Amino acid sequence: MEKNISFKLKVWRQRGPKEKGQFKVYEMKDIPTDTSFLEMLDILNEQLINAGEEPVVFDHDCREGICGMCSLYINGHPHGPATGATTCQLYMRRFKDGETITVEPWRSAGFPVIRDLMVDRRAYDKIMQAGGYVSINTGGVPDANAIPISKEKADLAMDAASCIGCGACVAACKNGSAMLFVSAKVSQLALLPQGQVEAAHRAKAMLSKMDELGFGNCTNTRACEAECPKCISISNIARLNREFIAAKLSD
Amino acid sequence: MATIDSKIPEGPLAEKWSNYKAHQKLVNPANKRKLDIIVVGSGLAGASAAATLGDLGFKVKCFCIQDSPRRAHSIAAQGGINAAKNYQNDGDSVYRLFYDTIKGGDYRSREANVYRLAEVSNNIIDQCVAQGVPFAREYGGTLANRSFGGAQVSRTFYARGQTGQQLLLGAYSALSYQVHQGNVELFTRCEMLDLVMIKDDEGKERARGIIYRDLVTGEIKRCSAHAVVIGTGGYGNTYFLSTNAMGSNGSAAMQCYRKGAWFANPAFAQIHPTCIPVHGDKQSKLTLMSESLRNDGRIWVPKKLEDAKKLQKGELNPNDIPDEDRDFYLERRYPAFGNLVPRDVASRAAKERCDKGYGVNNTGLAVFLDFKYAIQRLGKQAVADKYGNLFDMYEEITDVNPYENPMMIFPAIHYTMGGIWVDYELQTSIPGLFAIGECNFSDHGANRLGASALMQGLADGYFVLPYTIQNYLADQIQVPRFSTDLPEFDAAEKAVKEKIAKIMSINGKRSVDSIHKELGHIMWEYVGMGRTKESLETALNKLDEVEKTFWSDLRVPGDAQTLNVELEKALRLLDFIEIGKLMAYDGLNREESCGGHFREEHQTPEGEALRHDDKFSYVACWNYQGEGKAPELLKEPLNYEYIKVQTRNYKN
Amino acid sequence: MWLIDSSIGRKVVMSVTGAALILFLTFHMAMNCVALISGDAYNVICEFLGANWYAQVGTYGLAILMALHFVYAFILTIQNRRARGSERYAVTERPKSVEWASQNMLVLGIIVLVGLLVHLANFWSKMQLQELIHGTNFVAGQNGPTDGAFLIQYTFSQWYFVLIYTVWLAAIWFHLSHGFWSMFQTVGWSGTKWQRRWQVIGNIYVTLVILGFLSVVYFYFFKSLC
Repeated sequence: MEKNISFKLKVWRQRGPKEKGQFKVYEMKDIPTDTSFLEMLDILNEQLINAGEEPVVFDHDCREGICGMCSLYINGHPHGPATGATTCQLYMRRFKDGETITVEPWRSAGFPVIRDLMVDRRAYDKIMQAGGYVSINTGGVPDANAIPISKEKADLAMDAASCIGCGACVAACKNGSAMLFVSAKVSQLALLPQGQVEAAHRAKAMLSKMDELGFGNCTNTRACEAECPKCISISNIARLNREFIAAKLSD
Repeated sequence: MATIDSKIPEGPLAEKWSNYKAHQKLVNPANKRKLDIIVVGSGLAGASAAATLGDLGFKVKCFCIQDSPRRAHSIAAQGGINAAKNYQNDGDSVYRLFYDTIKGGDYRSREANVYRLAEVSNNIIDQCVAQGVPFAREYGGTLANRSFGGAQVSRTFYARGQTGQQLLLGAYSALSYQVHQGNVELFTRCEMLDLVMIKDDEGKERARGIIYRDLVTGEIKRCSAHAVVIGTGGYGNTYFLSTNAMGSNGSAAMQCYRKGAWFANPAFAQIHPTCIPVHGDKQSKLTLMSESLRNDGRIWVPKKLEDAKKLQKGELNPNDIPDEDRDFYLERRYPAFGNLVPRDVASRAAKERCDKGYGVNNTGLAVFLDFKYAIQRLGKQAVADKYGNLFDMYEEITDVNPYENPMMIFPAIHYTMGGIWVDYELQTSIPGLFAIGECNFSDHGANRLGASALMQGLADGYFVLPYTIQNYLADQIQVPRFSTDLPEFDAAEKAVKEKIAKIMSINGKRSVDSIHKELGHIMWEYVGMGRTKESLETALNKLDEVEKTFWSDLRVPGDAQTLNVELEKALRLLDFIEIGKLMAYDGLNREESCGGHFREEHQTPEGEALRHDDKFSYVACWNYQGEGKAPELLKEPLNYEYIKVQTRNYKN
Repeated sequence: MWLIDSSIGRKVVMSVTGAALILFLTFHMAMNCVALISGDAYNVICEFLGANWYAQVGTYGLAILMALHFVYAFILTIQNRRARGSERYAVTERPKSVEWASQNMLVLGIIVLVGLLVHLANFWSKMQLQELIHGTNFVAGQNGPTDGAFLIQYTFSQWYFVLIYTVWLAAIWFHLSHGFWSMFQTVGWSGTKWQRRWQVIGNIYVTLVILGFLSVVYFYFFKSLC
């Protein structure tokens, strides 16, 4: 049931990518526990604006856990302590009265900070552009039921496809690796006959783009899978490895 | 009064689109390379259009305000997408989808457009499957379907509760492919701030570019093209609380409106019946629970007023109310469709019960959506398999377990049927300016059926605009690329900069959000689910006051020449205020009830919407007349040649 | 060359060299266990191996594998640290499903390497090395370069070596508890079910190998106390 809590909010403030950032501490008083975490930040910003200060900048959009825009590292976890949820789906009832909540941006060389808690994730678009598609034009495709696909395969592809591209996997990874993201797309398309045609090329192109953009090497720590708001499994990484090695061996 | 030419092709309904395509002008491949097209917005409509235009060979510039095209709010659509495939052999056809859509839209949409939509719906499914969209499948490997509100067939294709996401990712992947091919250039975190028009040799003004703000650096920049396409979604956030994303806005549409594009049927706003109720004044958005829940959930309120009172005070557990004391009001009022009546009908029915005092939750503004019966019938596991993620989401937000207690839901603003007026070619009243997806007004009439928004967005983007825009561009092949140094760009940029400077200099006391909330309250209160002449007039007065507050009391901290989220929101808010007024004007004018527009003066004795087809069977197009002036009303008559206009009936 | 310039390729090198090293450990452990039964039998194996060509090939092979494994580990670590960016999180918390070992493989690897140097000094330098250089730098009481049984008895009668070897073997256990399933994951022989299976199989296998080693250490330690 609803109650109010008060706590200290330790927020990373940084003017720009090249400037030095630091934590600022804000006292939050009497926040209802059925407020969402982002609504709590809205309250903070309202206070800051009323005091003539600049609000804390953070990415957010749909606020229902699907657009992948929100990206906060809260108390040592990407998207906060809840599992299988994005920051926007995190509610204040998860926190205790009197605690200190630390909010940081995604920290990875691949995602430079733009301001405060907002980071630049265009690297993901670039990886997608390298091969995260089926190379077809609009029109001239067969009937949707022309190729039967087993329910099992379709479900597995859907599991992989539910990636929202938020970057939590990179943020969680001590190696700053984007393997979970890349593998989710490679897996989704490799599992379906439509994507199978160019699966080998896709695996190579996307992985080499990921490497080129400075993301790290996967060392199978499984932090990505544990923190992924969509619970994408590292079995996708195994599949990517398989696809990639097979592609290289058949070159 | 200007006559409105909607350019509907001649011939029988079923042949119009084929005839059009057979006779339209095309642009040859060598010339396509010389033509630039700006696409603003990267949702289903924008991304699919940009990708398709790119693969045809045009040079496309695609703009979005988010950090990636994949974030557009189409991604949040849960339920599904309709198509007339008739894979279920349950009697579906192009004609039936067309008919259901016209009827669902309460006979306020164009026959020819809707028929074309139904016709291309099948191509969309083929296209998406070819892209690798993982639609749900049967054990035999064929595509699965489910039923949705307003239809008696199962024609909805879906990908778990994330259909919009999967379709958008499909369109985004097609877009990424075209970026890779060098046909599309992406402008992310860039927001359109004005439309630039340039006179051609004959003195006719055409859309030739945009002014935009780089949201990261704060720079005001220019971009020119032979045609401009806007696919920037709807204006539901006028109400502050809606199911739209925080960034969804109607500003691009309003910029076009102020440059002369007509705004059609702004009063038609859809209120979705199954949202999580409002809980407090700090709330930033309303979360939608998929309409698909109505397939298995039963909607009810207590039969006895005293039970409702006790529920509101928290003195009674809903599970303790026996079935005979429950009022399954949708099943009672609409036996044929039951809980699957269209959204407008379901929303109004909920409001009717709550207005009478039967609402639940501490606010009295909620009804129950109960899965007890589905769990008894199918078992908990089957229900979890179907709706597990939605149930988890509900529990996370409300702290109530929907397997054990009925969900509480209430209607919320969800989609806007109104938008920029377009003709059959999706061209606005400004030559060279096209509007697609939710941003235009075209296909849903006064009410949109579930799973039709995705269909329309993709139809426009993949299969309609790429044809019709060529009919326009075929005449533009001699026109060289435009320099952005032309005086028209100078003037537009200057106006934008002045507006920003003016906002930055207000230096008042209030945040953008606080004024936006005020606007939202007024809209919900006076231009909400039930409207009257008085309420709409009150709204107009109050909106003027909100505008005054904006210009006198707003505070935007920081600097305009750098990233400034408050400034972005302030610019959008200004347009929301104007949209609010347009909605009120349109609502005042339309003295009838139809679809998403319910005038309380116009209802049947049973409380159903009462249309006046003799007087209002037209599209209301609003023409901008200048700042502070009431817009001019133009009418595009709606002629029904193939469908008999009837009173909507979901009872039997 | 994809084994050098792609991230998966580099991991494949780690995986394959790691697998070979695990196989070597298994063989080594089996050989050691003979010493539990009879020192003479153990010495027969030592004599069989000695500095014969196959033992030499094996040694050089192992050295190359070790070097590759180690050099790649450093390259990966440097790249990975760079990929994390210049700022570090102020607060981090390890999710439950993340093994401690998986995030500390390099540290564990370094402990393993230091232990290995001690081990080479204790045994290899007194055995195969002497045979190769025809030296006679033996421990007092050691009966020629193939008297491994004596060296075992000698080394593990000293408590501090028992301690060092215990720590070393524990580090190897942690290193392999992650490394075992990880190598299958890296070459793609894994999935939702097999990932968990490899983890269980790996834990059992690695525990048996390490217990095998430890049993020899403690057998001779307690024997020396009696």
